[in-house]
Amino acid sequence: MDKIEISLDLQLSKQFNLALDCVLPGKGITGIFGHSGSGKTSLLRFIAGLQPCAGASLTVAGQIWQQGKQKLAVHQRPLGYVFQEASLFAHLTVQGNLDYARKRAWPGTGIPYPQIVELLGIDGLLRQLPDALSGGERQRVAIARALLINPSLLLMDEPLASLDEKRKQEFLPYLHNLHQELAIPVLYVTHSLAELTRLADYVLMLEQGKLKAQGSIAELSRQLGLADPDAPFCVLDAVVTASHPQWHLVSAQSQSASLWLPDSGLKVGEPLRLHILARDISLSLGNHNDSSILNRLPARVESVNTVQDAVMVELSSNAGALLAKISLRSAEHLHLQVGQSLFAQIKSMALSR
Amino acid sequence: MPLSNDDLAAIWLTLKLASTVTVILLLIGTPIAWWLSQTTSWFKRPVAALVALPLVLPPTVIGFYLLVAMGPQGPIGQFTQWFGLGLLPFTFWGLVVGSVFYSLPFVVQPLYNAMTAIGLRPLEVAATLRASPWDRFITVVLPLSRPGFITAAVLGFAHTVGEFGVVLMIGGNIPAETRLVSVQIYDHVEALQYSQAHSLSALMLVFSFIVLLLVQGVSRQNTQRKGHG
Amino acid sequence: MRALVALLALIFISAQAEPLKVAVASNFAAPMQAIADEFEKQSGYPVSLALGASGKFVAQITHGAPFHLFFSADQSKPKALLDAGIAQAGSQQTYAIGKLVLWSPGQDPQQGKILNGPYRKLALANPRLAPYGSAAVSVLTQLNLLHSSKTRWVQGENIAQTYQFVQSGNAELGFVALSQLMHNGALDTQHTWLVPSHLYPPIYQDRVVIRDAHERADTQAFLTFLQSPYAEQIIRSFGYALPGQNQ
Repeated sequence: MDKIEISLDLQLSKQFNLALDCVLPGKGITGIFGHSGSGKTSLLRFIAGLQPCAGASLTVAGQIWQQGKQKLAVHQRPLGYVFQEASLFAHLTVQGNLDYARKRAWPGTGIPYPQIVELLGIDGLLRQLPDALSGGERQRVAIARALLINPSLLLMDEPLASLDEKRKQEFLPYLHNLHQELAIPVLYVTHSLAELTRLADYVLMLEQGKLKAQGSIAELSRQLGLADPDAPFCVLDAVVTASHPQWHLVSAQSQSASLWLPDSGLKVGEPLRLHILARDISLSLGNHNDSSILNRLPARVESVNTVQDAVMVELSSNAGALLAKISLRSAEHLHLQVGQSLFAQIKSMALSR
Repeated sequence: MPLSNDDLAAIWLTLKLASTVTVILLLIGTPIAWWLSQTTSWFKRPVAALVALPLVLPPTVIGFYLLVAMGPQGPIGQFTQWFGLGLLPFTFWGLVVGSVFYSLPFVVQPLYNAMTAIGLRPLEVAATLRASPWDRFITVVLPLSRPGFITAAVLGFAHTVGEFGVVLMIGGNIPAETRLVSVQIYDHVEALQYSQAHSLSALMLVFSFIVLLLVQGVSRQNTQRKGHG
Repeated sequence: MRALVALLALIFISAQAEPLKVAVASNFAAPMQAIADEFEKQSGYPVSLALGASGKFVAQITHGAPFHLFFSADQSKPKALLDAGIAQAGSQQTYAIGKLVLWSPGQDPQQGKILNGPYRKLALANPRLAPYGSAAVSVLTQLNLLHSSKTRWVQGENIAQTYQFVQSGNAELGFVALSQLMHNGALDTQHTWLVPSHLYPPIYQDRVVIRDAHERADTQAFLTFLQSPYAEQIIRSFGYALPGQNQ
């Protein structure tokens, strides 16, 4: 699918104006990220046609969905929509809800019905009424229903927001599996960094109705990491290149850098997303070959910021952007300056998907 | 005291009128209630007030205005004469028209409440599932407002059975054409034939009680269902 | 506290001055209003009038409605109250005699010949309930028109409703009370036929005193006033005849 072009200027209330002009990729999961009240949901509703906006324009994969006053009605747009809270039809069983979509599905080949039911683990629920389901079950059915319409674009508005932490953890694998299966682009609204870094390939950051940043998750990793005041982190995308069973390690390529990772049954060629906490990166002026730390990358200081009791250092490396959190004393000791070359030592990293 | 033939004719006529009126009311009330539940037009308030008017006006006042309006000089009368339908007062269809107007709020109100209770979300969901506005109305609005339809039908029927002032005014007390149970009871009372009045009144009382019991049952079922959700 | 005392005093005083409560058949409403106004002015006794259908009043009075006087549209209803021992024995008396009129706005009733012609609806009061209705039925019987007209009847529950049927044009003609068409002692409309009195039995309208009320001074004063030349002139000006006088 081709790209999604959006241009709108929407006065939602006296205080709030949503205005942006952007182009989103036509594949993968695009996370629409921002704090509550940043306009994420309104943007999604505008794309679906649920939020009218005079004078806006929207083109999805070359098809004009809105051009000024001319616009396609909601039911004429080939999209699937998963709402924040479960919104199954209360008068229909799970099967009835799924059939509602199947009867009206857009032509073309999507994921086959049995596969969707299996993927979302709802085959045991088909005869139940929505009232009898748990929040997580309802949301899974809602996602299945949105997929069964065979959409060209899937819109998801904080689909996990109504679930507690435990259910979220249970649910994420379903979404992740879906990500692997789906050929269509997904716009995924969330205010959770954890969901974003785990699922999104591309990120649109909103702040008070304006576009703050957009780019791949790796490109935005520094902004995103800083956005979490409690546990700043950064993200690297990598691919497994070789297995080293004798050391129980694999090597993975991130941009032009090679990294060592513990072998947790990874296969060569598998895409990885690495989650590195800022406090797990330490800095040294020299390349300490004598250290036990496996991953040492030459890096360049991009910025130095004092945050309360620590110093946040943004770095660029040939693996991607990195973020380190060091003590005030270390910062003074190293005489950190923008443009300075040094080595980043990565003490540990987690696979986020 | 057994019921006379006149009483039986009045009962049969009343049931016929109430059934006809209920069907027409549901057909008319549904689009009105739906429009009221959806519109944001300034026009909504006047229309809602107009529909609710029979709730506050004394029935004899409504009856009097209907008599004038459906008369040869009245707007409705001019209209029916122009269409070659003659004049409506003192006919069964005249009673139907009067009763439809009089019982309209009793049908529109429960329908409006049920449709408003659905909220926007199920309709938005249906729209994203490729359902056209008409499709959404049939497959989402109607089934979800089913309890409202049951209440509306029962209330519309019962209210038509119980109406008196309007039919007295526009009926003309013609046997088997416009002489309804309520009018018949009134006649018995006015003629001081209390025992006949008692038989018919007791029948009405039992009927009304059962109807109200039914409505309560429906609304209880409804709140229980909502409670689960 | 002061306000409370004032309120109590008001209730006490108003209880003292309980008005004379008179139930009046609808057809006699207008003359009764005029008579009561004058009576209040002259005597100082307050009068409260209730207007409605005679049959309803009987039912209400039987079950304890606090009326002192009942002016019926007929003779049978006051008699029912007497028989039940609710009205004061010997208090039934005719206060007015109604006159029947055939009214056909928009066309000449041709001394009643219009009843032979092609009309759509003929309005009359329900003969079971209203004396004007049974009077209309006897007129039609006398004229041999009972069967030919019956399918075209529309019946008002009382004479007031019958008037509305004709007035609104929904019935082309109807039998109404002369009193309904009288205004300031003259007929409002030309298209009437005053039905000759030999065609129907006289429509005697009787009144009774409800038991216990005859002891009230205002009751006696009102009944006396009703027979004053002033009151009788009002009654006649509304198209009623008086008992013992030429009709």
